Amino acid sequence: MRKYKEKIMSGVFLICALTSILAVLLICVFLFANGIPAMGKVGLFKFLAGTTWAPTDNPAQFGIFPMILGSIYVTAGAIIIGVPVGILTSVFMSRYCPKPLYKILKPATELLAGIPSIVYGFFGLVVLVPFVKTVFGGNGNSMLTASILLGIMILPTIIGVSESAIRSVPESYYEGALALGATKERSIFTVILPAAKSGILAGIILGIGRAIGETMAVIMVAGNQARMPAGILKGVRTLTSNIVIEMGYAAELHREVLIATGVVLFVFILIINLSFSVIKGRKNG
Amino acid sequence: MKHLGSKIIKGIVIFASCLTFGVLLFLIAYILINGVPNLTPELFSLKYTTENVSMLPSIINTIMMTCCSLIVAVPLGIFTAIYLVEYAKKGNKIVGLIRVTAETLSGIPSIVYGLFGMLFFVTYLEWGYSIIAGAATLAIMVLPLIMRTTEEALLAVPDSYREASFGVGAGKLRTVFKVVLPSAMPGILSGVILAIGRIVGETAALIYTAGTVADISKSLLSSGRTLAIHMYVLSSEGLYTNQAYATAVVLLVFVLIINFLSSAIAKKFASK
Repeated sequence: MRKYKEKIMSGVFLICALTSILAVLLICVFLFANGIPAMGKVGLFKFLAGTTWAPTDNPAQFGIFPMILGSIYVTAGAIIIGVPVGILTSVFMSRYCPKPLYKILKPATELLAGIPSIVYGFFGLVVLVPFVKTVFGGNGNSMLTASILLGIMILPTIIGVSESAIRSVPESYYEGALALGATKERSIFTVILPAAKSGILAGIILGIGRAIGETMAVIMVAGNQARMPAGILKGVRTLTSNIVIEMGYAAELHREVLIATGVVLFVFILIINLSFSVIKGRKNG
Repeated sequence: MKHLGSKIIKGIVIFASCLTFGVLLFLIAYILINGVPNLTPELFSLKYTTENVSMLPSIINTIMMTCCSLIVAVPLGIFTAIYLVEYAKKGNKIVGLIRVTAETLSGIPSIVYGLFGMLFFVTYLEWGYSIIAGAATLAIMVLPLIMRTTEEALLAVPDSYREASFGVGAGKLRTVFKVVLPSAMPGILSGVILAIGRIVGETAALIYTAGTVADISKSLLSSGRTLAIHMYVLSSEGLYTNQAYATAVVLLVFVLIINFLSSAIAKKFASK
């Protein structure tokens, strides 16, 4: 009887363990099966490199190049803003921060990661949009605003990964540099950071993934005009916002094209994840 | 004077950290200061109308959504972790595959989950926009999180516990449920709490799976908006900024509690 129960339960555990494989398979099958035919109908080149998105025109045009560029620009902006601040903060957390302060700051970074994107989006809408409007001009809903907001949102990812990378550098490296007469700052920036390079890079890649995939916060501040990006103070639409904004009323080919947009996003993310695991693997090996 | 460069760099490091935590403080303070005065009792009435955009129905939907997702995701996640840690043999190919897929799942953006949920649960399984379609989508989304935290917690249980249990004649199954799981409980719990946080804050995965109906969902098969979607609709319509502030306060306070609970439980676990 007991043997029976053991056998059954170990089978149950195995089946549960297989659900994550099943989930990934289902996601791939359903996205690709619904998205790829649309790419064929529109024409792969026209779809990916077309510069006009006019789904309601006759004949409709489905070029998502403006959105691809939009996603890339906004993400690049977020990286430019978020990465230096994030890495410097992680240096502070791991090398300067006194222990009592660390006990407050560490949960604070986790809180930064836990705030829902809709709250970030709302904060961007009521604080950042007016701020950009008065300081830089334009109407505030712009590529710059979205980049700043995403820069803030990827901070916890970058801080967390960089901090553990910095902490995993052997203390003897630091002591060696000090013994050679380098100052604390010089030891950190010329010895420890280069040694933690691949970990920090992995954090940046993870941050890129977050920024490209972010949807709600971007929709609320980016302006969402479906045209080629025209400047950092002009509105921009990303792949993610394109899906959420138009899926509500899209039908037939338009709807399929939006799913195909999701496929493009999914492939982007898969590439980013793959490079993340490659870099992480290299660090361990 | 000799090390002016170093001093400047130290200054920049401290400035960057002040910026990071300053932004966080400012965000919390700004939302609380502007939102708390808008938290009127009318916002917690049972009925949603256009004159009184009450958030209580959304809160109730959120609770239903959270419970449904957890009922699916928690056992799946814990059992998967049990398989990986306690049952799988070293170098098993399936283990590698499970890890790769779990990592893939945790990197997929919520809007892609939303699309998948719409295609599979809403359209293919014909569940329509419903709480249950949303909950199923979210269950897949939080699965890797629960899996990973449980796995870490199980790995942290010393092997001597298992050996002692085997030594007094318990079988493997009994060892897992009576010895290993109870001592890993705090770690598992803090993972589940983090998962609750993600479910409550989620928007993009729910718009096209659970829909945006503002009333209390009549059954699991009808549509209902969660608090985060409620906030999105309010703030994108632009008519209800004050109410959006109030909703933001509720969400933010909830996230604060979640984070506090999770780290308190994890700390208890670490000190044991």
